[in-house]
Order: sequence, then structure tokens, then C-alpha cells
Amino acid sequence: MPEITIISGKGGTGKTSLTAAFAHLAQNHVICDLDVDAPDLHLLLDPEHEKAEEFYSGHTAVIDRELCTNCGQCLELCRFTAIAQGPEGPTVDPIACEGCKVCVHFCPAQAINWLEDHCGRWYISRTRFGPMVHAQLFPGEENSGKLVALLRERARAITQEGNLDLILSDGAPGLGCPVISSLSGTDLAVIVTEPTPSGVHDLDRVADLCAHFRIPAGVLINKWDLNADQSQAIERLCLKKGLNLVGKLPFDPAFTQAMVQRMVITEFQSEGLADEVKAVWRRIQDLAGLRAAA
Amino acid sequence: MIVAVASGKGGTGKTTVAASLTKVWAGPVQAVDMDVEEPNLHLFLKPELTGRETARLPVPLADQAKCTACRACAEICQFKAITVLAGYVMTFPDMCHGCGGCTAVCPEGAITEDYRELGEVLWGRSGEIDFLMGRLRIGEAMSPPLMRAVWQRVDRIGDVIVDAPPGVSCPAIAAVWPADVILLVSEPTPFGFHDLKLARAAFAPLDKPMGVVVNRAGLGDEALYEYCRETDLPILLEIPFDRRIAEAYAQGLVIAEARPEYRQGFLDLAGRVRDLAGRVRDLAAAPLLEARHA
Repeated sequence: MPEITIISGKGGTGKTSLTAAFAHLAQNHVICDLDVDAPDLHLLLDPEHEKAEEFYSGHTAVIDRELCTNCGQCLELCRFTAIAQGPEGPTVDPIACEGCKVCVHFCPAQAINWLEDHCGRWYISRTRFGPMVHAQLFPGEENSGKLVALLRERARAITQEGNLDLILSDGAPGLGCPVISSLSGTDLAVIVTEPTPSGVHDLDRVADLCAHFRIPAGVLINKWDLNADQSQAIERLCLKKGLNLVGKLPFDPAFTQAMVQRMVITEFQSEGLADEVKAVWRRIQDLAGLRAAA
Repeated sequence: MIVAVASGKGGTGKTTVAASLTKVWAGPVQAVDMDVEEPNLHLFLKPELTGRETARLPVPLADQAKCTACRACAEICQFKAITVLAGYVMTFPDMCHGCGGCTAVCPEGAITEDYRELGEVLWGRSGEIDFLMGRLRIGEAMSPPLMRAVWQRVDRIGDVIVDAPPGVSCPAIAAVWPADVILLVSEPTPFGFHDLKLARAAFAPLDKPMGVVVNRAGLGDEALYEYCRETDLPILLEIPFDRRIAEAYAQGLVIAEARPEYRQGFLDLAGRVRDLAGRVRDLAAAPLLEARHA
């Protein structure tokens, strides 16, 4: 079954508002929020949790004051400057600790404990638009890429069990591990951009990331009328990079008005902007080969 | 003093605030773009770049001739970056965190270090402003090691204003932990409010003074204001929802310069940030807040 992942490079381009609308318009699908770091899709879809599970990943070193002989070896070995000499001996800064276990392994007094990190929680939920898989990484935690991979595995299992046709995912901003994890093996990335210098710059980089991993990508220009020249520059960039333009949407506070009502734009309006969003969704389906198959 | 401009939600106006704050800052200042995945500050400050270096991470280089397949390296590695299969040692440099554990643990001295390119650190000047940024290599998953390389180039001669990445996990923490004060840029929408709470929770363990910049004020609802009032989180500046600001941003302009009516607001912000860094309770922001919500 196809997987469509909505990403953006730059944050705040309208990725989540649009994913929510597509979740409304799509049929026979599972919805996945892969922005586990700062997820927002649940604010619009109001999921009812059917299953909640804890997410453990990685470890943190903790020095046992009783056993520590203050030999200083851990201080020398740590490459993350996570261990500092305190008044009562070395201490580990849990924020800087990478969880590499080197200090634990080499401590001659075996004075360093190795505690598994409880990093977050993930859910399988029911929404008015279909099943949803989502998570919340605890603030300040790591390993978001692994949590993203876990959610995608669950989403695939749900589509197989329920004989569903599509996984629709809201990705994370940026280019790093959660984005790479969101993209690996997806059938189509839809990049939501905006006609600003940041939008164009970030589109360029995230499109290169898609090319690097050989993921087909489409581009949606949101708020296109903020700067018609920049919009045209984006269209030229799409031509140059062989990206499919799936549509342009205007700058419209209706997206925010809908959000305040906890509605998606296609519920909030019956025509106008909603019609334009529907047209964009049809083109995305065509690009993903969904409508041809139907 | 180091001021980190962070947000939780992407696209709330971090770069807008960082660029304007830098432009009105009194005295020597260095602008640092720590959003290495999607750096944008240079698009607005338009610095003349005068130097660059490639940031690298040490990764294992295994000598098969010396390896006895004892598996010590595979056992210490927490990141699946080295393993032994059918008597052969295999490395996966993309997975490596550069802890040096395998090199240190190998009894045969069979593992030396090669390097993986993380990205670039670039620097230069924009008028009176010192400029520094990191740019992650496309396909590189880990931004914190590159951010550490950028931090090493931060000069503490004057004040430092850091444009942080969005989100609340490891990259965001790596951008704010050395700061003296954290500015949280948000917008009064359900998404902005939700992610503001996440950001505050993520940064709270760092025990640094925090203040809020409300961007696009007038859009959305009142929930963010009520939360800030009830939990004593000072609002240091409100930037109104104004299409002309969005258009100026779309042209790559710095708001404090392009729209002179907003310059005073950023001057006031700079003063309030200095007060906050001195852990002086920010009373100056209170009348502003009350005036709007009286």
C-alpha cells in the first residue's frame, strides 16, 4: 500500500493543517503523526486512545558515589564532555550524556550505573477520519528517529490487518534523523513550502534529501500570494529538479480560524479554499498512483 | 551574555526575531545560526562569509588483518555502528556517534579512526555584526555533533544571539544549553500554544530565565496569554499579525529595519532580555500585556 509523507524542511509552512485536511479527504487509510518531537496533528483530529505504550530507548550513565574511587578515568574517556569533576567526585550531566557506555565499561571500580531512558509514549487511536498512530517524545529526550520507525512499523501492521489502502503521515521539520526516518521507504514525499527566502532555501535542501534517498517528491506552495516572484522561483526550482508541483494555495487566515475551532479546513469551509485543497489532494493521489488504481 | 531564540513549533518567527534583535542590539554582538538542518538567518542578515571549515566526526576504521573476531567492539557499541559477522568485522559509519569505545576496547589495536563529514561551519560579517552558522550535510542524520563544532567557534567577546532549531528534542537542547536566557517565540494558535508548553517543559531542567515573544498577535485565541499570566511566564514582546510583516519577510527583509514602526518594540525587547538575563523580575512586560487584555 502506498505511503504518502508530508514534510516541509522549514517549519510553519502549513504541513500539519494540510495533512489534517488530507486525512479528512482520504479513504480507507491510517493516519500517522511522525513529528514525535512537537506533534500537533492530534489537536485537530482529537484521537481517542485505544492503546498506549511506553517508549524506552537509549541509556544514561549515573555514577554511584559510594563505589567511585575518584580515579578520573571516566573524565578522560568521555568524548561528549558529559562528565565533570564536582566537589564530591565526577558527575554525569544527563543532558550531555550520549549513552555510549564507554565510561561504564572502563570504570575500574564498576561504579557507573547504566539506566535505560524512558523517552516517550506512543498511541494507537481512533479518530473521526480513521485510525491514527502517534506519539509524544518526552520534552528534551532523544532517539526520535527510532520512535518514528516504530510508528511506521505499527502503521504498516494496521494497514495490513485492516486491508487499508494508504498510510498518510505528517513528517517533522528539518533534515535530520526524524526526517530521514520518516522518509525511508515512503512512496511519495509531499514538500509543503512557502514563497519566502527561507521556504525556497529549505525546499531546495529537503528536495536534495529526497533525491539522496531516491524518494519521489511533489511540491505544494502554500501562501503563494505572499510573494508572486518567489512563487515563480519555486516553480522554476521544481522544473530544474524534476519535482512535481501539486498545487498552490493562498495565504488565508481561515486555516487558523479552523484550527481554533479544532476543525480541518475542509470541514470548516464547504467551498473556496476547501475546493482548492481538494484539487491539490486529487493531484497528490494521482502522483501516488492511488486514483489510477481505484 | 548568550541569548537563545527558540520555539518548539517551527515557523513561529525565530529567525525574524533573531535577525531584528541582532540589528538593534547595542554593543558587539555575534549572530549564530544553530538551526544547522535548515539554516536561514544568513538569508536575512546577508553576511559576507570569510571563512569555513568542515566539521567531522571520528568513526571506526577496522583492520581485518589484526581482528580476531572477539566481538568486544560489537558489544560495547550502543549504536549498531560496528559488528562482527562470520568472522569479519563490519562498520556502519553513518550510525556512529564518535564515542571512541570500539577503538578503546579492541585488545588487538585493530581499530583506528577515520572521519565522517557532518557539514560545514561558516563565518563572516554583516556590517558590525559577527556572523556564524552551521550547515548540515544532506543525508547526515545527526545535528548535535555539528552544533558542538559551531559552539567551539562562538567567540565570547561580545554578546551572542543564537537562532535555535525548532522542536524540543536533542538538537533544540544542544542549541540552548549554554545560553543565559531563552526566548520562546510562539503564536497564539492552538499549535503554537501546545508547542510552547512542550518547549518550556524541555528547557525547564536547564534552569534558565525564559520569556515569550508572541508573534502574529491577534490571530488565534487567548489560551496562550492566560497560560503565560497564570504560570508567570513573562511576555516580552508582541508582534501583531500583519500581512505587511509577512510580505517583508517574504522579500528577505529584517522587520526592525523594513518596518520602522516595529523597531522600538525590538529595542524594548533587547532591554527586557538584558533584565531577564540579570534575573531581574520583568515588570516592564506586564503593562504591555495588561493593556491588550484589560
